Amino acid sequence: MSREKSWKEIAPAGVCSKSSVGFMTGDWKTYTPVRDLEKCTLCLTCVMFCPDGAIRWRPDLGKIEFDYEFCKGCGICANECPTKAIKMSLEQE
Amino acid sequence: MTKAMNQQRTALNGDEAVAYAAKQSDVDVVAAFPITPQTIIVEKFSEYVANGEVQTEFVCTESEHSALAACLAASATGARTFTASASAGLALMHEMLFVASGCRAPIVMAIANRALSAPLNIHGDQSDSMAERDSGWVQIYVENAQEAYDSIIQAFRIAEDVGVSLPVIVGLDGFTLSHTLENVTVLSDDDALKFVGTRQLPNVLTHEGKSVPFKLDPENPMTMGPIALTNYYFEFKRQQEEAMKNALEMIQKVNVEYAELTGRSYGNGLVEPYRLEDAEVAVVCVGSTSGTLKTIVDALRQDGVKAGLLRLRTFRPLPVEALRSALQNVKALAVMDKSMSFGGNGGAVYHEVRHVLYDAEAHPAVVNYIYGLGGRDSSPRELRRVYEDLLRILKSGRVEKQITYLGLRE
Repeated sequence: MSREKSWKEIAPAGVCSKSSVGFMTGDWKTYTPVRDLEKCTLCLTCVMFCPDGAIRWRPDLGKIEFDYEFCKGCGICANECPTKAIKMSLEQE
Repeated sequence: MTKAMNQQRTALNGDEAVAYAAKQSDVDVVAAFPITPQTIIVEKFSEYVANGEVQTEFVCTESEHSALAACLAASATGARTFTASASAGLALMHEMLFVASGCRAPIVMAIANRALSAPLNIHGDQSDSMAERDSGWVQIYVENAQEAYDSIIQAFRIAEDVGVSLPVIVGLDGFTLSHTLENVTVLSDDDALKFVGTRQLPNVLTHEGKSVPFKLDPENPMTMGPIALTNYYFEFKRQQEEAMKNALEMIQKVNVEYAELTGRSYGNGLVEPYRLEDAEVAVVCVGSTSGTLKTIVDALRQDGVKAGLLRLRTFRPLPVEALRSALQNVKALAVMDKSMSFGGNGGAVYHEVRHVLYDAEAHPAVVNYIYGLGGRDSSPRELRRVYEDLLRILKSGRVEKQITYLGLRE
């Protein structure tokens, strides 16, 4: 942990001093989305619905990837999946 | 700066004077929602927009909460931003007032001071903005339409100063000032614009490690005011207190510069003493009633009474030193409050003036007068009674009544 700064050293108005890329919000989750590759049709509904941008479509690989470092485990992807290919699991990824 | 020779005398009510000053201040964005007695300000400004007299983006919102949210967003992009409200409108803005000051958005807002419901009342008192005294906005209260005009022009300079960067409320008493026609001397458009200047932006360090102007800009992305918890929130609040201290200096500086340009000044910008030097009895007042009190002081002085007045022009930041040095030699002092702090043992102005005098070497007896609520008229005869009460305290050395409701039927 770096030293916390005094009020004289920080930008005004709570301007972010660090990028949120380094802030791993994925460790907040209780449930982890797990995808059944048999049922997944790559419709990308989950990509569009993920509020954290933690599900990415990789056209170069023809695959989707879950970024578990930022997935908070909200379960919206599982709820929206038209083929019920995503299960929320208590097991760690 | 040389004195502007081409000032012009015109007839404007307080609201029109505010709108005219905003027009001359090259405002980029106005977002507002109508409410009495502020209505004329935004109405008049919308005419300027419709006539093409200003280049302002004019946003009609669905509520005052949205109006201030829109102003905040505009201000965050570096735009000069103005709005106006009163009473319930200001109360609805309550949440956003803190967001605006916390985001250090130098919005200028005119408040045509009006009573709060219930019961519903559209007339003038200062309950609305006094209730927002801890919202982090600079608060300047004016005595007449001329000062309303002058103070709006000054407010942009104060708010947008890099060391201040805080929103500013300019309060003018509802109807008494907002709807009353007065002679107002205005600057030429060029002189006004030159005085206000263009908005300056401090540089801040962003998450990308770049030092860039403090504004929302896709080329240099930054996030303002998102979240600060136990580890940093306190530090940001301390910064706002420092900005208020800087405002104390800036208000005085702008007052001097404005006097050089126009020949008009208001005390030191913070307080305006009137025949106070050797006064034994004095009154502290905020807003338009100060005008009536000045004529009473003149009459009392003719009778040989050492009477004086201190008009508190800047309520936030509270000019502690100026108040103390101006008032500590007075023997008996009355503080006028045009709002109530229910259960608070007196009004807000009373609390603060009395608090300032606690550390004075010799302090006067200080009493409180609540007056003018819901637009109740305060006649010269009633106001003269305040001085007569003070003279009685001076003679007897005793305070019999700490808080008096002036003009109330008992």
